[in-house]
Amino acid sequence: MKNGTVALVGNPNSGKTTFFNALTGSNQHVGNWPGVTVEKKEGGFRYRGRKYHVVDLPGTYSLGAFSEDEIIARNYILTVNPDVIINIVDANNVERNLYLTTQLLEMGKKIVVALNMMDEAEKRKIKFDVEGLSKKLGVPVIPTIATKGKGIKEIIKATIDVMDREIIFKNPVQYNEAIEQHISYLEKILTGKLPYPARWAALKIIEGDEEILKTIEGLGFAQGLMEYIKELHRGHGSEGFELEIIDAKYDFANRVAEGTVKRPQEESITLTDKIDRICTNKYLGIPVFAAIMLIVFLLTFEVGEEILGEAAVGLIEGLAGIAGISLNYIGAPGWLISFVIDGIFNGVGAVVEFVPLITVLYLLLGLLEDSGYMARAAYVWDDLMRKFGLQGRAFIPLIIGFGCNVPGIMSARTLDNKKDRMITTLINPFMSCGAKLPIYSIFIAAFFSKYGGLILFLLYALGIAVALLMAKLLSKTLFKGEASYYIMELPPYRMPTLRNVLRNMWDNVYGFLKRAGTVIFVVVTLLWMLAVLPASAEPYSQFSILGRIGAIIAPIFRPAGFGNWQESVALFAGIPAKEAVIGTLGMLYAGQYVEEGMVLVNAVQLQFTPLTALSYMVMTLLYTPCVATLSIVGKETNSLKWPVFMALYTFAISWVAAVAVFRIGSLLGFN
Amino acid sequence: MDRGLLTLTQGEIGNIKLIDAGRCATRRLYEMGFTVGAPVKIIKNDAGPVIVSLVGNKIALGRGLAEKIKLERQK
Repeated sequence: MKNGTVALVGNPNSGKTTFFNALTGSNQHVGNWPGVTVEKKEGGFRYRGRKYHVVDLPGTYSLGAFSEDEIIARNYILTVNPDVIINIVDANNVERNLYLTTQLLEMGKKIVVALNMMDEAEKRKIKFDVEGLSKKLGVPVIPTIATKGKGIKEIIKATIDVMDREIIFKNPVQYNEAIEQHISYLEKILTGKLPYPARWAALKIIEGDEEILKTIEGLGFAQGLMEYIKELHRGHGSEGFELEIIDAKYDFANRVAEGTVKRPQEESITLTDKIDRICTNKYLGIPVFAAIMLIVFLLTFEVGEEILGEAAVGLIEGLAGIAGISLNYIGAPGWLISFVIDGIFNGVGAVVEFVPLITVLYLLLGLLEDSGYMARAAYVWDDLMRKFGLQGRAFIPLIIGFGCNVPGIMSARTLDNKKDRMITTLINPFMSCGAKLPIYSIFIAAFFSKYGGLILFLLYALGIAVALLMAKLLSKTLFKGEASYYIMELPPYRMPTLRNVLRNMWDNVYGFLKRAGTVIFVVVTLLWMLAVLPASAEPYSQFSILGRIGAIIAPIFRPAGFGNWQESVALFAGIPAKEAVIGTLGMLYAGQYVEEGMVLVNAVQLQFTPLTALSYMVMTLLYTPCVATLSIVGKETNSLKWPVFMALYTFAISWVAAVAVFRIGSLLGFN
Repeated sequence: MDRGLLTLTQGEIGNIKLIDAGRCATRRLYEMGFTVGAPVKIIKNDAGPVIVSLVGNKIALGRGLAEKIKLERQK
């Protein structure tokens, strides 16, 4: 039984995710907000034998109607009405964080402030009068260090205390006379007519908030009110009121901080400043970024593939051996043995073997994300991105795409300009995702094992290059217009917390395993059936149903050098999920070379040359993204047109690129 | 005398006098604390976006946007 709901609200970079993890422990669940694809995290905690529900709202600077994140957070607060809001305030940045706090208070909510990251503030020699702060704000304030779990017990106690008491928090901000007059007029009309505080709604009307104006219009108030609102905005210009209102809130926040937050006269030079001198340097910025990414891929390859990968391969092979012997022993029919060994172990197993590889990749990407470096990557890329019609912030969805295109595309939502958002979405599939890694890995092991990390780095670099060229093309054709303004916080570098990084890694690896057990299993099973039917044909031969289908599509790829039906079928099998490319090749080759007992790498060496291996890798790098990616594009753009466009144009580009690699390579005398 | 933010060099501090950008950008700047009177310290102003410090908090601004922020230099 749930005894109450607590929502977490705070600025981006206020340590909200860490706070949520510290509050809920392992008891959490990730889903989506209804109707949209913004991630929704829920969890719970226990206190004195009672269970409480916790919802993590998107990190925002404000609760206006300017971005999807703000609207989600605000609608949740207004309509679902959590019992208490824990407002996470970055102790290094009290004034700006209190701007959000004032909005929560105006919405008539019970709140508790967590003054978070006290350790960092202490390092910067910022001193607090917590009691004074609490008194001036009229809200309980608890100092916390979420990374170390400090203050979590106290905040739970304060939260439940507030929840159980009948109190109304005061609405703190007073505006100038003109605004107050408008507020009181509107408040009188609106009181009792809306499911939320009339003063808040009045204020939003004066600000010219479109969401609220729509709601008011829909409620059918007397003509007089609508006239009044129109007059209000015509007379003064809503922009004026809007800025005056923000100003008044900041004024209040500054007054609260005055005397209760004491900063040293001179800002001390922090470690962050020193690191930034290198990472954001005009000459070193991009080389540092390239070096970091190179290290990520080298480590992924060396540790994930060479060290951990060997063990995983051994484990799967051992299990396959045991399964084969046991099935033979109990006298299982031949088709069942074929299905288990060729279909499951060589198909699905070929995918599972890559768990170590992607685990390392997600671990490293998680470390980068948690350390604060991502914001610097966006910074150093801003200039270059501008040349391609985008802005620096658009680079972050692209890096996230290296892990998986789905969250990459979802994070494009934080860009507030439609053009940036659309282009970033459409070029995201060129950022090679973790699921494609097994494909490269097999081909690299077969032909380029000496330069594994380097080849991988070059493939990813090619992906970025194609993405940028497409961005340029799209911004000149389909999405004309100015690149939007760039404004972005550069949070201090932080030691990544083990818990966050491991959590993030596990969520991704779990997703990978889940796909292996569901989508890939289904695809491989289906293809296995098609490969062994009809019974009259030799299994896995070109006379099987699959062989015939493959023979029809194979000519498409012949100009790129690889025209066997197996490879063509595998590419199409990769559209439900990229891992299935390797799963399918594993199953088909295993069936074909079963007598020789060859492993996938050897089979690949027989079927490909170094050059065709390269063109196959380029093809898989650039071609049609997986169904999950296409469907998220459909959801985000709310259309069928864009996912179809994406599926087709990426295929065309990949084909041209693969053919170019093969033709130019042949001309240069490679094979 | 008010000057565009871009004319200040590293280490200089100015107070915001006015912001002359579009509605969305102005609102976003205000909400991030670039309100009139707020002291802005220039951390980096060479190539690429400008980095400023606002009460110790570092924010990167595209040069186009930074140009629209007018400051009054502190002595």
